[in-house]
Amino acid sequence: MNHAAAMPLDETRPEPGFGVYNLKLGMWVFLLSEVMFFTSLIGAYVILRFAHPEQFAAPGEVLNVPLTAINTFILICSSVTMVKAFAAVERDDQKGLQLWLLATIVLGATFVGVQVYEYIHLFRDGFVPDAQAYAAGGGPLYGSTFYLMTGFHGLHVSIGVLCLIFVFIKASRGAYSPSNVGGVEIMGLYWHFVDLVWIVLFTIVYLI
Amino acid sequence: MNWLLDPSFSTFGPDIDRLYYIILVITGLVFVITEGALIWFLIRYRRKEGRKAAYVHGSVKAEVIWTTVPFVIVLALALMSKGLWDQIKDPAHFPDNPYEVLVTARQFEWITTYAGADGEFGTDDDFTLTNRVQVPVNRPVLVHLEAEDVIHSFFVPDFRVKQDAVPGMRMPVWFEVTEPGEYTLGCAELCGIGHYRMRGTIQVLPQAEFEAWEAEQIALRSGTGQENLAARSPGEDDHGSGADEAGRDGR
Amino acid sequence: MSATGSMKDYRMTGYAGEHHHHEPSFLRTYIFSTDHKMIAKQFLLMSLFFLLLGGTLAAMIRWQLAFPGQPMPGGGILPDTMAPGGIILPEFYNAMVTMHGTFMIFFAIMPLMVGVFGNLLIPLQIGAPDMAFPRLNMLSFWLAVPAGFMMLASFWVEGGAAGAGWTAYAPLSASGEYTGVYLGQQLWLVSLFILGFSSIAGAVNYITTVINMRAAGLTWFRLPLTVWALFVTSILVLLAIPILAGALIMLLTDQTLGTTFFLPAGGGEPLLWQHLFWFFGHPEVYILILPAFGIVSEVIANGARKPVFGYHAMVLAIIAIAFLGWIVWGHHMFMSGMNPMLGTTFMLTTMIIAVPSAIKVFNWLGTLWKGNIHFHPPLLYGVGFVSLFIVGGLSGIFMAAAPVDIQIHDTYFIVAHIHYVLFGGSLFAIFAGISFWFPKMFGRLMNQTLNQIHFAGTFLTYNLVFFPMHGLGLEGMMRRLYDTTQYAYLAEIQFWNVFITWSAFALVAFQFLWAFNFLWSMWKGEKAGPNPWRANSLEWSAPSPPPHGNFERMPVVYRGPYEYSSPESEEDFLLQTEPPGARPGPAPDPEPIAHGEEA
Repeated sequence: MNHAAAMPLDETRPEPGFGVYNLKLGMWVFLLSEVMFFTSLIGAYVILRFAHPEQFAAPGEVLNVPLTAINTFILICSSVTMVKAFAAVERDDQKGLQLWLLATIVLGATFVGVQVYEYIHLFRDGFVPDAQAYAAGGGPLYGSTFYLMTGFHGLHVSIGVLCLIFVFIKASRGAYSPSNVGGVEIMGLYWHFVDLVWIVLFTIVYLI
Repeated sequence: MNWLLDPSFSTFGPDIDRLYYIILVITGLVFVITEGALIWFLIRYRRKEGRKAAYVHGSVKAEVIWTTVPFVIVLALALMSKGLWDQIKDPAHFPDNPYEVLVTARQFEWITTYAGADGEFGTDDDFTLTNRVQVPVNRPVLVHLEAEDVIHSFFVPDFRVKQDAVPGMRMPVWFEVTEPGEYTLGCAELCGIGHYRMRGTIQVLPQAEFEAWEAEQIALRSGTGQENLAARSPGEDDHGSGADEAGRDGR
Repeated sequence: MSATGSMKDYRMTGYAGEHHHHEPSFLRTYIFSTDHKMIAKQFLLMSLFFLLLGGTLAAMIRWQLAFPGQPMPGGGILPDTMAPGGIILPEFYNAMVTMHGTFMIFFAIMPLMVGVFGNLLIPLQIGAPDMAFPRLNMLSFWLAVPAGFMMLASFWVEGGAAGAGWTAYAPLSASGEYTGVYLGQQLWLVSLFILGFSSIAGAVNYITTVINMRAAGLTWFRLPLTVWALFVTSILVLLAIPILAGALIMLLTDQTLGTTFFLPAGGGEPLLWQHLFWFFGHPEVYILILPAFGIVSEVIANGARKPVFGYHAMVLAIIAIAFLGWIVWGHHMFMSGMNPMLGTTFMLTTMIIAVPSAIKVFNWLGTLWKGNIHFHPPLLYGVGFVSLFIVGGLSGIFMAAAPVDIQIHDTYFIVAHIHYVLFGGSLFAIFAGISFWFPKMFGRLMNQTLNQIHFAGTFLTYNLVFFPMHGLGLEGMMRRLYDTTQYAYLAEIQFWNVFITWSAFALVAFQFLWAFNFLWSMWKGEKAGPNPWRANSLEWSAPSPPPHGNFERMPVVYRGPYEYSSPESEEDFLLQTEPPGARPGPAPDPEPIAHGEEA
């Protein structure tokens, strides 16, 4: 159909998309796929839990809820530092950018460290993914689903920490500025997403 | 071999077949009309020197018509199917007082368990058949379907019966056969190397014959029946009527 | 607020006119290229290889079905673990059936549709210099390659390749104790997992590119339907593949780490695998067909010299199919033991999804109606698609009626349906697309006569192979049977298996014709100008093949892509980039013939 353009045709600019530059749009799109990935893991957990409730012990029985609550707080703090980092680069505060990125790295790494610590203790208590070797409260499905969800989340956090280190190195070389914030912004998007997934996981695994 | 179905021998078989034929007629008509139009257009509108194609972008009226009509048709088919589906698969709609057997599928055979005198499965007086399900004619039969290892599928084409046997689940499957005879039971879900030879027989007997057979089996397991059991050589299965056991190895 | 709106942020730089002329190395040009056109060709070569492999497996399967237990010609080269004395073993048969489906779906059709056409056409048809993320694009291809190797290698490990079907139902697939296959199944899982990353990377690229990098004037409703189809397909890929990833992980841990997600012994649920797999699997089949819908619209409009009939309806139908595709998955599970009430729901949604497909068929017919049809190979394949897709779609109605599905589920009726939509559908569309865009890729045309013969031979033998399968299914021939003659009632109709097998060999023979044409034409085909098909979309205003950066500068678009036989033009086509009034035709008719019927 021969539409006369509703707006006058600007021959010098591409068609407006959603007004979000490529890197940022790409990250949002990628995060959508991550939502679906965690949906499949969490969905499996929900289905198995409803089908075999007797296999899932009350959270406090097996898991260290207080420690993980603190760890959750740490991760949330790391999201705050990430916001600060982005704010810094927007106003060309290079030192601030590096500082807040570093803080985020430290907090993120701490989160992973605490998780590893928890895993080690859980393993010692017989809370393992292997159904044959399972010896903790509830039943083997509890172990399998726990490690599946938290393990892949932990993997995503770890990858995030590595990416943060990469961004930090680039920042210390002055790669970012108010006219080039993309790398920092998409790092932030990913990091906030990982944090959000954790809040969901923490709620359904440790609190319910 | 064509689009006509072989006869069925269950009470709901003809209902399924009727639905199939309705769909066959509808899809057949659509097939003829659309493929016919396609061929006609290719001939009628083939390229001709000096002719220009019509500069047409579409027609809202056409879109409305050919959206609504298919929608109504498929909706009708779905509604038509619902009642029959419930009747066959929904336990709440199953007929009363069926004759119950337990069929266990495992790599690569079917074990039929009869409840015996006490009418309870899992007791000492149960008796079994291998690769054979023997049932009475003209009476609803309720098969409790189980699987020991992997998913199999209980398929009796002559009855229009199919149900996956899933380990960890006990599935109710019912049918009522209308004619005595021997019917083929096949496995319709890939279950491993021996999937292709997981064949069985559904033996359907007239009521009196069936009751006699059942009584004989029960008698074998009470009193002197125990000695009879012990006297059997290992690996031999209960055959009752001595009919040939199908499906183990070879044809 | 971060910087937006500058040309740099949308990467509309890199057009051909801007480039300094430097010759990249052989490695950077042909192996590690970031040029979407080269990556498309890489995917093309890879996919055609796997198509050949999948076809070979099919031929071997057909041999066994027609002549069970007889030594296969050439079977002597196979190791004794697969076919001692050339006689195929049941475990190898199961592996062949599994891998035929796996290779065809994941390593042939998907990469052809999405990796080849998506890569080749999206930047060209939207007037962009390349994809939004060229290096990510390169990664996408180079992830697919090791995945393919892994899948191939699985044939040679101990226990052989996976043999639980391409659908890998648990518990059969969850533990090697049921099949004797351990590493083979695990490699299958890991290979698909890696391939998933390739697909998701591609989807991110395509979606971002289509949203952000359309040339000036190329509004959403001026996009070619190919772009619409690929765009919507990419969204499906983005959202569905991760579900598969989760399922694959769980199955892998069941196999290797002792978890029991799908094993009842530990409280797991076999049906959970089916729900997860088909929740991915149904959108997956739309991933396999939607790009075909786009391609077919393209070639039929071009062949008929007419605008696509009902362009907006076609777009809406693509979107509707993509949406509805998420809520029909249970129709694969009618017999599974799922709650019957769920069965009714899925029956309803499945019936409804037939409607948008029907709409598309009618619109293709409408496009041919009152056309001026040129029987070039792309049109022939496109029309072949419509004809065969009608059969595939109609056969779906039988399956959608759950009581009828009782009889035909897991029989050859399903196999017929699958192949009518995947071969008769997707593959015919792929033939259409390759013959249509071959000149744009290689600067040469495929031999038209050879393609016409290939079309006719394939169309005929294809139907001889797959149409009788409907009947076989209705007779009760189950799927994945190593030897159907074990069942007396099937032994009686064994003639049909033999008939189908001979027809299949003939079908394969015709494909060699196409392969020869493809290879020969790459070097010896008739040279092509920029627009050999006299088409309208942006790729046809670029050279054949386009240089790095595609266009001299960003194109400007003035109209939709299907303005064939427009009164505005003297010719029977009108490029999207042709400025209005530049080519005065006859005075525009104030009451053109069909505008009264226009939306």
